[in-house]
Amino acid sequence: MAVIDQTSKFGKVFWPLLAWTVALIFFFPIFWLVFTSFKTDADAVKPEFLFKFTPTLENYTNMTENYDYWRFAINSVITSTFATLFALFVGVPAAYAMAFNPSRHTKDILVWMLSTKMLPAAAVLYPMTFLTKNYLGIFDTHFLIIVVLSLINLPIVIWMLFTYFKEIPKEIIEAGKMDGVSTWGEIKDILIPLAWGGVASTALLCFIFCWNEAYWTVRLTTTDAATLSKLIEGNRAPEGLFFGRLSAVSAAAVGPIVVLGWFCQKQLVRGLTFGAVK
Amino acid sequence: MKLVYKTALAMVLGGATATTASAADELTIAIVNNGHMINMQKVAEAYTEATGTKLNWVSLEEGVLREQVTSDTATGGGQYDIINIGMQEAPIWGAAGWIEPLEFSADYDIDDMLPAMRNGLSHDGTLYAAPFYGESSMVMYRKDLTDAAGVTVADNDSWDNIKAAAAAIHKPDDGIYGACLRGKPGWGDNMAFITTVVNSFGGAWFDKDFKPQLDSQQWKDAINFYVDLLGNYGPPGSEGNSFNEILALYNEGKCGMWIDATIAASFLEVDGVAYAQSPNAGNPVGANWLWAWAMAVPAGSPNAEASKQFIEWATSKEYIKAVADHPEFGWGSVPTGTRASTYAYPEFQAVAGFAAAEMAAIESAAPAATDLKPYVGVQFAAIPEFPEVGSAVAQEMAAALSGAKSVDDALAAAQSAADAIMKEAGYY
Repeated sequence: MAVIDQTSKFGKVFWPLLAWTVALIFFFPIFWLVFTSFKTDADAVKPEFLFKFTPTLENYTNMTENYDYWRFAINSVITSTFATLFALFVGVPAAYAMAFNPSRHTKDILVWMLSTKMLPAAAVLYPMTFLTKNYLGIFDTHFLIIVVLSLINLPIVIWMLFTYFKEIPKEIIEAGKMDGVSTWGEIKDILIPLAWGGVASTALLCFIFCWNEAYWTVRLTTTDAATLSKLIEGNRAPEGLFFGRLSAVSAAAVGPIVVLGWFCQKQLVRGLTFGAVK
Repeated sequence: MKLVYKTALAMVLGGATATTASAADELTIAIVNNGHMINMQKVAEAYTEATGTKLNWVSLEEGVLREQVTSDTATGGGQYDIINIGMQEAPIWGAAGWIEPLEFSADYDIDDMLPAMRNGLSHDGTLYAAPFYGESSMVMYRKDLTDAAGVTVADNDSWDNIKAAAAAIHKPDDGIYGACLRGKPGWGDNMAFITTVVNSFGGAWFDKDFKPQLDSQQWKDAINFYVDLLGNYGPPGSEGNSFNEILALYNEGKCGMWIDATIAASFLEVDGVAYAQSPNAGNPVGANWLWAWAMAVPAGSPNAEASKQFIEWATSKEYIKAVADHPEFGWGSVPTGTRASTYAYPEFQAVAGFAAAEMAAIESAAPAATDLKPYVGVQFAAIPEFPEVGSAVAQEMAAALSGAKSVDDALAAAQSAADAIMKEAGYY
């Protein structure tokens, strides 16, 4: 395929148009979700009310009054925040070690870590449920969800951090070492400030993955540690069309993460493209 | 970092405390997210006020509910005091000792419970789950369309007449499809309907040795008929349609006829709907299904007595009256299909045009084991392996419907899958 020159007249129109089209395609489901959330359940499924309807906040008031939205939201904030912090707490030293003091097994370890993501979650559902419920007594606790979310995201966190850290010249770290800086000092005072964009984008992505995780948060909780994923799951009805209510719950669940992504998009893009162009 | 550590530690302790604190005046109830269950959460505020029992509702999608409740009950996890289960699970779990037998006070009037429901939720004559709402299946058709086409639909009509009526009202260019039926794969989705068709053709899932019968002539005839009817007179993409998808189509005025759960009648918003008992191909036994969402108490629950008390209230005549009298609901919202007394209220009859048809369908449903089928259940077999067998067969039936496989190939593959599951389970 011939490459369209960005500076040509056609390119100046074509590329922005393509970018907007792609952006609109990606944004449309979010828009439709929010749009539907202002319809009643009855209106949400009627074609005659597809665009023309009387907006209502009924679904949102119902969600906060009857579905305890804030309890689920607070649990999501707690578990996602602490899982992200814990993943970074383990991931930063691990990535540091592998980036600056690699052994001949480093690559194998990295691949092995990533391969754990290939394990189907359902395969360990029963032992996880049985052990956490009957032996450890930590079923439906924040602690369990934080640990699980951290561990399932740890491979990606380490991989991302490893990639960013590899971009930093080894000599800078060695210079610090020669100046008598401790290992922790190297990480805290040299590495993290230099790779701040990468660390921030890793943290953000990890937070987003934790927030959106549904398989384990639905299955390892009952009431105390249930997150917004569980609230959405619980609003799916096998018999009955409650799309207005489901849309409101879903919009309120994805809302915070969309806002967070919006505010942090600069860091996110900078971090994700860090080292991409050499 | 100290702060992170301290907070994490506090959560460990807090979490551990949370799992052990289970006061007797607090009940955790796992429910499926259906309209009647949602209403119950509001109506039950009165129960909390009267008894002081706090109710924690855990609303779950049907598949997840089954998965969670099964693992919790089987492992004796004790996460839930009351669980929502269906008619497929109740007799099996009762026999396995996973759920408590239910005995209620004389005021409960258990004889008012519809016999089909009571039998379907019992094992060896002991009730293990109390029905919260129940359903059978029936034909819901647009009389305005059948009248205009000059055709009729009768109670227990023959499948040939149903097909002729569907053909007469099928006008895809005008956006009207003759027959809307379940096609989405799932043992509770397409297989619920397909099983009733097979039953009506004289077929069954298993013989007396529990060998699958999917390669029988009855299955072949039934599936060929189903694929022909839905393929020619159904909406496009029927292999993706189940209850909710068809409900949406029906309310958009796109379905001339729908054979599905009687509960659907209470959601229909189009004019001119008429009802008829399920069609059959000469064998009316098993042509209409029977299902209930019921409430049960996991064995060994520390709050068993309080839980039974709540179930007694939530499945009583008083509860039905409480829904009817509730300012947000009324007689149109009462859970149906459980008690004969509900159908006797003139106020209910006035708002529920489907009441008589629903009651007749439930009363004629026959879940008991017979010579033809050695298992309990109409649209399912009440054996632990059925969900696995049903799900495997469901995929093959959807493939036959979409045209990805021929009916013969799909049935052969289904027979082979079912045979392997039953052999592995040790039936033969």
